[in-house]
Amino acid sequence: MSLVDSPPAGPPVSSARATARLLGSELRLVFGRVRNIVLLVGLAAVPLLIGTVLFVTQDTPVAGQGPPFLDRVTGNGVFLVFAALVSCLPFLLPLCVSIVSGDAVAGEASAGTLRYLLVVPVPRTRLLLVKAVAALAYAAAAVTAIAGVGLVAGAAFFGVGDVVLLSGDTIPLAEGMLRTLGVVGYVVASLTGLVAVGLFLSTLTEVPVAAMAATVVVAIVSGVLDALPQLSAIHPALLTHHWLDFGEFLRLEVDASTLFAGLAVQAAWVAVFGALAWSRFTTADVSS
Amino acid sequence: MSGAEGDAGDAEGAGDAEGAAVRTRGLTKRFRSGQVGVDGVDLLVPRGAVYGFLGPNGSGKTTTIRMLLGLVSPTAGSVELLGTAMPGGGAEVLPRVGALVEGPAFHPYLSGEANLRRLDAADPTSAPGSRTRRIGAALERVGLTAAAGKRYRQYSLGMKQRLGLAAALLRPRDLLLLDEPTNGLDPQGTREVRALVREVADAGATVLVSSHLLSEIEQVCSHVGIMSRGTLLAQGPREEIADEGTTEVRVMTRPDQRAHAVRVLSGLGLDGARADGEVVAAPLGSVAVEKVAQAVVGDGIDLLGLEVRRPTLEDVFVRLTGEGFDVAR
Ligand SMILES: Nc1ncnc2c1ncn2[C@@H]1O[C@H](COP(=O)(O)OP(=O)(O)OP(=O)(O)O)[C@@H](O)[C@H]1O
Ligand SMILES: [Mg+2]
Repeated sequence: MSLVDSPPAGPPVSSARATARLLGSELRLVFGRVRNIVLLVGLAAVPLLIGTVLFVTQDTPVAGQGPPFLDRVTGNGVFLVFAALVSCLPFLLPLCVSIVSGDAVAGEASAGTLRYLLVVPVPRTRLLLVKAVAALAYAAAAVTAIAGVGLVAGAAFFGVGDVVLLSGDTIPLAEGMLRTLGVVGYVVASLTGLVAVGLFLSTLTEVPVAAMAATVVVAIVSGVLDALPQLSAIHPALLTHHWLDFGEFLRLEVDASTLFAGLAVQAAWVAVFGALAWSRFTTADVSS
Repeated sequence: MSGAEGDAGDAEGAGDAEGAAVRTRGLTKRFRSGQVGVDGVDLLVPRGAVYGFLGPNGSGKTTTIRMLLGLVSPTAGSVELLGTAMPGGGAEVLPRVGALVEGPAFHPYLSGEANLRRLDAADPTSAPGSRTRRIGAALERVGLTAAAGKRYRQYSLGMKQRLGLAAALLRPRDLLLLDEPTNGLDPQGTREVRALVREVADAGATVLVSSHLLSEIEQVCSHVGIMSRGTLLAQGPREEIADEGTTEVRVMTRPDQRAHAVRVLSGLGLDGARADGEVVAAPLGSVAVEKVAQAVVGDGIDLLGLEVRRPTLEDVFVRLTGEGFDVAR
């Protein structure tokens, strides 16, 4: 059998096709990994847990007691989505996003698979892009899981109906669903900055746990700084400052400028840490 | 040896590096620690050669291979693979290069086959249509078909090594860079790797095999390069390198005649004749071996056996590197 005379395995495909093919493989890797599935299931259990507690105790919290939206859940199951998102945003969601984005490059480096991907060859920029998109897809899946399970559990426990907005106005359920979609989209977009931070930290080390932990710390420190009134000058630029602004979707007149401010901050974090990750990853020696 | 040796020898003899499969000039890597891992290496691997890249632990073999593949950027010097400058030409040339670098590495929770699928999917130049067939063939080739569906973490050391070789053979390659391919393999597996290297070379591909166990690869090499402490001490066709050692003549005779035989050999002008265990040995130098036989027999010594021992690569290796068991740094 000749190795040299046999025809090449196939014609080169376009860069976009090659990226799409690699992305498919990467998504299978991320979503096929037991750890990541367990984390998703754990997140999805949060709305179920909240709903069950409220249903079993038959105790409607007084307005202002507990996390936002919790007092409205028993009246309209749709609000379970928002209550669950508020509960997960400070810690659980950043944790899961940090684990997957921190693992993205460092995990391959520590397993040694990074060097074999690079000699395939996969261009480093393409690999980083695919890693980023897959981590973001995981973040989107996490938020969607919370919202989806929240909606189903809320409907099952408490029923759904026309949505009473924060202003007291009522909108039809269909429009309420649209606004819920907006909330999901905004929360996913709010996590892009953290994905970029995680990806950058992931290019710095061959120890995935270190990158994951450092990313969680960034999110938590951001939350701590956000709570210090003395630092109010820098609050608007903090990674987590605008995360809860998704409540804007539940006003009669959605204030786009508030939402855009949050998205702009995320875009800035993505730009800065994406550039850092790129410059680091495309020049670093792979000696793992 | 393989038929490729002749061409390779010619190519080098003519001083023609155009056809080189691997060519480096002044390749140097200084680590951030300040240590110089590879120091001014001018590697020349002719096309079609099986190049044994030898050196003790820590001599810089793996670092050199990493630089060949563009994983590590050289502090100084240049690299050409199959006539293409690296790392700039990586996208173009690396699909034709199969590599095993510092042992196999795969995702532990994926099966061997799923791991190969991932690597193949990552390759923009591979055809998805033939993927299953090519993966099956590669697994078959390294004798891993039965374990294809097993998780990588459940593989034995030798099975992991085999999967690494399968990945390097996923597509037809013009150049294989194999870093310690026999590490962890049983004797049977080691023989199979040698057979595989021969087969690949017979098909016209070039193979660079690194090892610190030269006995494992010596038999398949047409060329060798010997590294020590980051520098390339010698390289060239294997015979030429080995000839730098000394050929010995060994005379077997009765115990009571050994002293006599030493005197006869010394009389022939063979300096350094000595009784070496059960035989009398001397460096042959320019004396013809039949002269030795005639002299011994003519002097009334019972000649029970006569052997000409050519220098082995190991002799040269030990003489050049001069290193004991401890790593040099
Ligand atoms: N990333 C690194 N940072 C600092 N020093 C390094 C690094 N990688 C290798 N070295 C050093 O460079 C030298 C050469 O290492 P290399 O791995 O190339 O040796 P080798 O010839 O492959 O050895 P072995 O036969 O044990 O595999 C060693 O002294 C090693 O300590
Ligand atoms: Mg090595």
